[in-house]
Amino acid sequence: MKQLFAFAMIFIAAPLAAQNEDLGEAPPEGGAIEIVEESEGLSGSVSFEGNLDDLGIAIPAFATDRNVPTPANQSGTAALGIELARVVTANLRNNGLFEPTGPDALPRPEFAQITSPSWATWSNRGAEMLVHGYVRGRSDGRLTVGCYLYDMALQSELVREGWVVPPADWRRAAHKCSDLIYSRLTGESPFFDSRIAYIAETGPKDNRTKRLAIMDSDGANHRFITTGRSTALTPRYSPDYRQLVYLSYVDGNPRIYVYDIGSGQQTLVTQSENPTFAPRWSPDGRSILYSMAVNGNTDIYRVSAQGGQSQRLTDAPGIDIGGSYSPDGSKIVFESDRSGSQQIYVMDANGSDQQRLSFFGGRAATPEWSPRGDQIAFTHITGDFRIAVMNTNGRNIRHLTNSWQDEAPTWAPNGRIVQFFRTERNSGATGLWQVDLTGENERRLPTPVDASDPAWGPILP
Amino acid sequence: MNTRFAATILAVSTLAVAACQKKPPEELPPPPQQTTTPTPAPTAGPAAGALGTQQHFTNAVGAANTVVYFDTDRYNIDTSSSAKLQNQGRYFSQHSNLTFTIEGHTDERGTRDYNLALGERRANAAKNYLVSLGIPASRIRTVSYGKERPVELGSNPTAWAQNRRAASVVIN
Repeated sequence: MKQLFAFAMIFIAAPLAAQNEDLGEAPPEGGAIEIVEESEGLSGSVSFEGNLDDLGIAIPAFATDRNVPTPANQSGTAALGIELARVVTANLRNNGLFEPTGPDALPRPEFAQITSPSWATWSNRGAEMLVHGYVRGRSDGRLTVGCYLYDMALQSELVREGWVVPPADWRRAAHKCSDLIYSRLTGESPFFDSRIAYIAETGPKDNRTKRLAIMDSDGANHRFITTGRSTALTPRYSPDYRQLVYLSYVDGNPRIYVYDIGSGQQTLVTQSENPTFAPRWSPDGRSILYSMAVNGNTDIYRVSAQGGQSQRLTDAPGIDIGGSYSPDGSKIVFESDRSGSQQIYVMDANGSDQQRLSFFGGRAATPEWSPRGDQIAFTHITGDFRIAVMNTNGRNIRHLTNSWQDEAPTWAPNGRIVQFFRTERNSGATGLWQVDLTGENERRLPTPVDASDPAWGPILP
Repeated sequence: MNTRFAATILAVSTLAVAACQKKPPEELPPPPQQTTTPTPAPTAGPAAGALGTQQHFTNAVGAANTVVYFDTDRYNIDTSSSAKLQNQGRYFSQHSNLTFTIEGHTDERGTRDYNLALGERRANAAKNYLVSLGIPASRIRTVSYGKERPVELGSNPTAWAQNRRAASVVIN
C-alpha cells in the first residue's frame, strides 16, 4: 500500500517537474513604492515655446542631507545621488527627448538648495529647465527620493514628487522622476517606470538557444528566467507584473505556460494535447488569449487567468492567431489567413462580428492595439518586413521602419513609442529596436546577447 | 505486403497521377501500372541501424524520401511529396509497431507566431496523407518548429525552399 502510494506520488509529480525543469532562479518580487510628496498638478504654464527636442535640461546630482550607507550603493547615499541623476539623464537622452546635461558636467547643489535653487549658478548654463532631487536614507533602511522640476526663465517650480523605495528599487525612483519631467513638459502619459520581457538568443542560426528574459525599460536589472535547455518564445507580462505567459518546448511540444514570478513555478494555460501558441493578456489581467492548433487548424481561445474552461473565439478554416485587446477590453484585433494570406481582422471580445481591417496589399501580421486605443501597430510584409501603424478602422497606414525584417511591434505604456525586433539577412542576428510614433528616434536597445519578441509591460503598479 | 495497404496505395497513386493531368476526368481512369518507386528491400544491410532507429528508416526509404517540401505559405501535398510519403507509408506499414514524429517547419520569411501554426499545418498535411494510406493516426505525432530550426542558413529563395518542409523522424 505504501509502495503504491509512493508510486502514485511520483506519477503525479513527474509532469510538474518536467514542466519546471527549464526554469532558473526566480526573480525577486518588486517592492512597493509609496508616494510621499504628491504632485500638486499643473502650476502655471511652461515658459519655453520652441521645439521640445531643443529644450535644454540641467540634471545635477541629487543631494543628500547626510551620507549614510545603503545597499543601493556601496559608497552611500551621496554617490547614489549622482547615479540617480545619471539614470534620469540617460533616460531622456536615449529616447531623443530634450537636450539633457547630466551630473558629470555640472556642479553639485547642496541639500538646502533643492527646494530653493541657486538661480545664478544655473542661469548661465544655457538650460531652460532645471531638475533637482534628493535622496535620504531612512531608519527603516528604505530610501526617500524627491524630484523637482524648475523653469529657469520663470524661476519657479513646475512640479515635484517624492517616493519611498526599497534600496533594491532605487532605479525606479529615477524612472519615476524621468516620467514626472517627461509628462509635465510634453503632456503625455509616463512610460519609463516599466519593464520589458523578451527572448534572449545565442548560438548558430540552426541551433539557437532562446531564453526568456526580463529587464527594466532602460535595460537595467536584466534577468534570465529560463536556462535555455528548451526553446522559449513570445512572452507577455501580466498587467500586474506578477506573471508571464510564454511558449516553451519544455515537454518537447510548443505549449503556452503561465509563469508565476513570486513562486517561480509554471502551469499549462490549458490541459490539452494540442499545441498552443501566441499568448496575450486582457488589459484587466483576468483573461488570457491563446491560439491552439487542432488537426492543423489554428483558432483563438480565451481562458480565465485562474484556469477553467476555454471559450473558442474563432472557427474559420485556416490560421487564426494572436490577438490584442482594445484598452477597454471590448474588442480584439487578430491575424487570420482565411482570405488566402495573413491579414488583420477585428472582432468583439466574445468572438462575434469578425471583420477584415487590412487592405494595403501584401500581408499584414502581429497586430497590437495601442494602450491609448487610437492606433494598431503591425508587421506589414511586402517583400521586406516593416513596422507600420494604422487607425483602428484600418485607414491611414504609416510605415515607421524600413529594413529587411522588422517584426512583432509592442507599445510603450503611453502609446508614443513602438518596440520591435530586427533580424539581419543571412546571419540571422536579432536585436530589439524602438521608434517613435512619428518614425523618428529609431534606436537599438542594449541587450547582453541577441534579442527578439519584445513585450513592453504597462507602468509598474 | 498488407493487402489493404496495397489497395490503398494503388488508389492514392491513381489520384496523384490524375492530379497531374490538366483536366481531371469525371470518372477515374482504370488503375495504371504502379509508377512509384519500387518497394525498398526491407532487409537491413550490415551497416544499417537496428529497427526503430532513424538510421534504419533512412536506409530503407532513402534520405530524400524522409522529407517533403512546400511552396511559400502552402501546405498541400504535391505529386513529388505524395510519392515520398508512399515510400514512407510502405515502411511504416511493414513495421507496424513503430511510432514516429512528423516535424513541420517554415522558412524565415514569416512572422514567428504564424510560422508555428503554418509548420503545424504542414506536419498535419503529411500526417493526414499517411493516414489516408492506412497508417493509424495514433502512431504519428506532429510537432511544429515554425522558423526556429532551419537546415539551410542562407537568406535566399534556394535556402528558404529547403526549409519549408515536413520531416519524418523515428525516435527510439
